[in-house]
Amino acid sequence: MENPVIDLKGLTKCYGSLKAVDELNLKIEKGEIFGLLGPNGAGKTTTILMMLGLTEPTSGKALVCGIDATTNPILVKRKVGYMPDSIGFYESMTALENLVYTGKLNGLPEKEANRRALDLMDLVGLGDSARKRASVFSRGMKQRLGLAEVLIKRPEVIILDEPTLGIDPAGVKEFLSLIHQLSREQGLTVLLSSHHLHQVQMVCDRVGIFAAGKMQMEGNIHKLSQTLFAEDSYSVGITVREPLPASWEHSDELRNIPDVQGLRITENLVQIACASDVTPDIVRFFVAKGLDVMGVHKREFGLDEIYQKYFDNNLIENNAHEKSRSIFKRYVNKK
Amino acid sequence: MPMKSLAAFSKGTSIKSEPAANPTTAFWVVVDKEVTDHIRSWRLILLLALLALTFFGALYVSLSNIRSIVSNAQDPDNTFLYLKLLTSTDGTMPPFHVFLNFLGPLLGIALGFDAINSEQNNGTLIRLMAQPVYRDNLILAKFVSALILVGTLFFTLVLLMIGAGLCITGVLIEPVEVLRIFTFTVLAVVYVGFWLSLSILFSIAFKQTATSALAAIGVWLFFTVFYQIVVNLVMAAFIPRHTIHTEADVVGYNEMMLNVLRLAPSQLFSDATTTLLMPSVRSLGPMTMEQMAGAIPSPLPFMESLMVVWPQLSGLLAATFLCFAYSYYLFMRREIRS
Repeated sequence: MENPVIDLKGLTKCYGSLKAVDELNLKIEKGEIFGLLGPNGAGKTTTILMMLGLTEPTSGKALVCGIDATTNPILVKRKVGYMPDSIGFYESMTALENLVYTGKLNGLPEKEANRRALDLMDLVGLGDSARKRASVFSRGMKQRLGLAEVLIKRPEVIILDEPTLGIDPAGVKEFLSLIHQLSREQGLTVLLSSHHLHQVQMVCDRVGIFAAGKMQMEGNIHKLSQTLFAEDSYSVGITVREPLPASWEHSDELRNIPDVQGLRITENLVQIACASDVTPDIVRFFVAKGLDVMGVHKREFGLDEIYQKYFDNNLIENNAHEKSRSIFKRYVNKK
Repeated sequence: MPMKSLAAFSKGTSIKSEPAANPTTAFWVVVDKEVTDHIRSWRLILLLALLALTFFGALYVSLSNIRSIVSNAQDPDNTFLYLKLLTSTDGTMPPFHVFLNFLGPLLGIALGFDAINSEQNNGTLIRLMAQPVYRDNLILAKFVSALILVGTLFFTLVLLMIGAGLCITGVLIEPVEVLRIFTFTVLAVVYVGFWLSLSILFSIAFKQTATSALAAIGVWLFFTVFYQIVVNLVMAAFIPRHTIHTEADVVGYNEMMLNVLRLAPSQLFSDATTTLLMPSVRSLGPMTMEQMAGAIPSPLPFMESLMVVWPQLSGLLAATFLCFAYSYYLFMRREIRS
């Protein structure tokens, strides 16, 4: 990473005594899709605003395409397309007029802006609604229009804040695959913030887990799962035709297979925890015992588990629980 | 979202060869859009109707009395037919420039009270701010676009008035009258500009459009209704009742009171318009008998009248710039969130 497109150095933002973003360091390379994951109020939007020069950091630097976003926001905004989480359009204007306006603000001549706007509306699937007023648009349509708006200036970097909010599942898939396609074909760098894990998992090359103003972990999903679940990294479930007795005669023998650490039998499902991937050995064992194996399920840890694991032992939530418990107590005792 | 249409994105130039966007063109793009927005809005149509109604009402009243007014030899201004059209009345309706004294604020407030906060509430402000546009350009564009409309409106009305006067009376207009009337129009635009910048300031300071409208209307009401009462009360407490002996004392206190009253923009406006539209007005303060002695009641030349209202005009301009500078200060470093 000699020349990162986005380079945050010790970025800090305080609101009074509250540290919204705390000493954040992050590098994103050209052409990468980076997912910024975190619960509500983690400081994702604040970080994004600082990257665009829309708010000033208390300390630290945000460099985008090598330009300091705090001192030179206009240059940054020329290269970065930003889609805010709650996007709004001028309701008295048509969708096309809204797009052309943005295009003209970026220095495009009217004709060129018009041509690009129409092309992009086709691209995001709003070709038929170009002449409709933005006030009749549904949430999902506005989101698509937002993507078209981001692309009209032909940015080098796009920053999307909760882009999938309010779109139906099929739309999300389309939306994300379009972003993926754009990034791959045009070399666009994409920063995506979300709390929807599965969606981020689908498209992101790298994710960062962000909580309480700090980047808790970053890397690709595979790496994250390895570091977080080092102790019980594999789990294999075998389904057999006939239910097995609780005290199965072969269980000790199964435990003797190298790396198998434990097993649990519930009716016809056998859950086996192991230190390395020994699925073939286990299946061979079952077949040798003459059992009818109906299904083998190797459980991998996805982002959901990572997220769960991380935020379950999160300090903030514990505090919140504590608080609500005490409020609850107070109400109960009042009587 | 078909794959093939992705070509649209890269058609023509590559991503990087973007023409450098010039911030000044961005400014005019915003002005252009704001003017279009205003013209399409119901708000402007209503204001237009209100203003046109008062204007033509006032014009009708003065036109129907114009013969007797102009033939009044006692009046030193009786040769200025067109100025008379703007200022004379038979008492049933205030003349147009007095009407403007309280319609002007309404116009300014209505065009500016939701300039920034409605964009913020609609979530368009953050989108706009993510484009390469300077922040001060945005507020300046809002201000300029509304002022363009107001200016066009006033000049249209005044030209209509002159045209109607020409058609009805057949009297040729004097160049000096044209100058006076146009200066009056510029003054009216400046006056509206002050209220516009005040309401834009409130639209930045307050998040809710209703609050900012209320605040601006509150200031307006305070200056039109309560300010005089408050000043009178305070001055009455100040002035020693039994110890005034000399004429100079009376004049001095009067002068002081007028100056305090002139802190109100409406007072500045009415001072300035009166002087401009009634050429025989020579001073805006009290005059002693010594000063009056030897003065022939005759109209002042245009430049002299302009010299008399110069402080008023610069006062209005200063107040406008003050509001604008403060809104700039508030808006420049504000964090913009939706």
